[in-house]
Amino acid sequence: MSDTSQGTGGLAFDSKKRSWPNELNIFFALIIIVVIFEILGQTLPYMNDQSFLFDTRDRFDTIFNEARLRIIILQVSIIGIIALGVTQVIITAGIDLSSGPLVGATAMIVMSFAQTELVNGNLNPNPVLGTWAFDLPVLIPVIVGLAFGAFIGAINGSLIAYTRIPPFIATLGMFLICRGIAQAWTRGKPVSFPTEGYAALGKGMMPVFWFLALAILCHVLLRYTLYGKHTYAIGSNEDAARMSGINVQRHKVLVYMIASMLAAFAAVILSSKNLTAQSGMGIFYELYAIAMAVIGGVSLTGGRGSIVGTVLGAMVFGVIQSGFTYIKLDAFYQLMAMGGIIISAVVLDKMRQERALLRS
Amino acid sequence: MSDIILQTEGLTKHYGGVHALNDADFTLKKGEHVAIMGDNGAGKSTFVRQITGVEQRTSGKITFDGNEVHFSGPIDAREAGIETVFQTLALADDLDVPDNLFLGREKTKLNWLGPFRFLDYKAMRRETIEGLERTGVKIPNIRNTIANMSGGQRQCVAIARTATFASKLTIMDEPTAALGVQETAQVENIIRTLKEQGEPLILVSHNMRQVFDLVDRIIVFRRGRIVANLNKEDTDGNDVVSYITGAKTGAEYEGAA
Repeated sequence: MSDTSQGTGGLAFDSKKRSWPNELNIFFALIIIVVIFEILGQTLPYMNDQSFLFDTRDRFDTIFNEARLRIIILQVSIIGIIALGVTQVIITAGIDLSSGPLVGATAMIVMSFAQTELVNGNLNPNPVLGTWAFDLPVLIPVIVGLAFGAFIGAINGSLIAYTRIPPFIATLGMFLICRGIAQAWTRGKPVSFPTEGYAALGKGMMPVFWFLALAILCHVLLRYTLYGKHTYAIGSNEDAARMSGINVQRHKVLVYMIASMLAAFAAVILSSKNLTAQSGMGIFYELYAIAMAVIGGVSLTGGRGSIVGTVLGAMVFGVIQSGFTYIKLDAFYQLMAMGGIIISAVVLDKMRQERALLRS
Repeated sequence: MSDIILQTEGLTKHYGGVHALNDADFTLKKGEHVAIMGDNGAGKSTFVRQITGVEQRTSGKITFDGNEVHFSGPIDAREAGIETVFQTLALADDLDVPDNLFLGREKTKLNWLGPFRFLDYKAMRRETIEGLERTGVKIPNIRNTIANMSGGQRQCVAIARTATFASKLTIMDEPTAALGVQETAQVENIIRTLKEQGEPLILVSHNMRQVFDLVDRIIVFRRGRIVANLNKEDTDGNDVVSYITGAKTGAEYEGAA
């Protein structure tokens, strides 16, 4: 007990022990999965030496199979935008099941404000709101969509924060309400023929641009702002956050609002990309978004996870989907395999957490 | 009067019909370390909860730093300069040391951004290191998350909060109850450092050796009342135990319990 006057009382802190970022694990997992598909492609007898990743038939200037890479990232972009919001909700130890139906409802509403008057010289065959809503500036449907998302998110958040019902129940209720709104809006009829300006929002690779831009924004929010710190603090130890003077209830409302606004924006991009809105849009999106976050290392018990992880999780999701198609696995087996992968991601994360606990 | 940091007069708390705390008169001088002892349910924690604003008192008067105070919550008390290390540690496991020290009072930049204002990580890290040095807590890697720390290290982080924010009074509710021998020694060293720096302290503890080691004065609670106010020099373990069990009652508190 010679140096007890110096604080640590003989306990050694290891300053060199850098914690291994979880995101790196996911990145390696991504690479391994790509390699596995590449090997499968080269060895399976019916594949005729097709490559998963590389441009073996000289169709592109680069060595990579650009078309496949594009499709992979394009097909995860829209659900990825939802996953950015779901990540924040899960970090507060909550869950948001309403994002998929919210996409459907928002798409229907937004598209009604984005219709054009003349389709190939003929009058728009199925206007929803009357002639005043034709050819509005593109900003109006986007603002309507975000406002609707914020409204639904505020209800979700207020229910969870002030009535203290479990997030699962509150957002499950909202799940059904939103699906109902989507169907009631036009009695189930699709809404089509957007203005050119609106159609440009989701054209080509635009969804990828939005996904990456919003990912950077959310990353900055979570990592560098008070909002992000309090989000992690609430998920980590809600009582401690409250005792430290954080307004936990108000913060939760804000988190759910941001998540729903991201889902609403995803609806804008999706309806713009498809040039139509249908009440059935966004089916399973809430679950896929949660899956992306979970594969990306966001802990369902709250407090842990990052936007970088979720983006990587989205990429893993996209690569697996694309890979299954590439090795010509039937769609129903794809669903089963996807389910298995999500479960193993959570199990692996749990094991990793318990190992870390044993070490300390 | 000016050397008194905290004074309670007739502090009383009833939970319905249960008289958890009755007429507690208590004074703490600046720089003084006082222990509160007593059996389970004697009113120690109730007393602490009234001072720190966790609960609202039924009646009585609390004077802190020369002013009569009515804290509406623990945050009020903290802003006035009372730091409490709670029995259940109020730490966020997934955050690192500066994040925890500054939880709820972060240093920020670009404040016009409202809830989205940016954190000033640099300033917080610098002040964390200064605070840790003042308490004598050594944590080489302050960017480690709390989840990776032992119970003693966590307790040190919780205590280091008090030093970082230049509080006027520190209250510790059984800070070593869940700790091992070495970790307890570590926490006790921090308490000695606070003493050297003249920081007043209220220590709630069951540990007789620790109390005699660390404090100047011992207050004994029994059945919701203060039954003894003893200078460390004038008493010993057996004496204190007889007050705690009710075999003896201080002369000035005769008829109290």
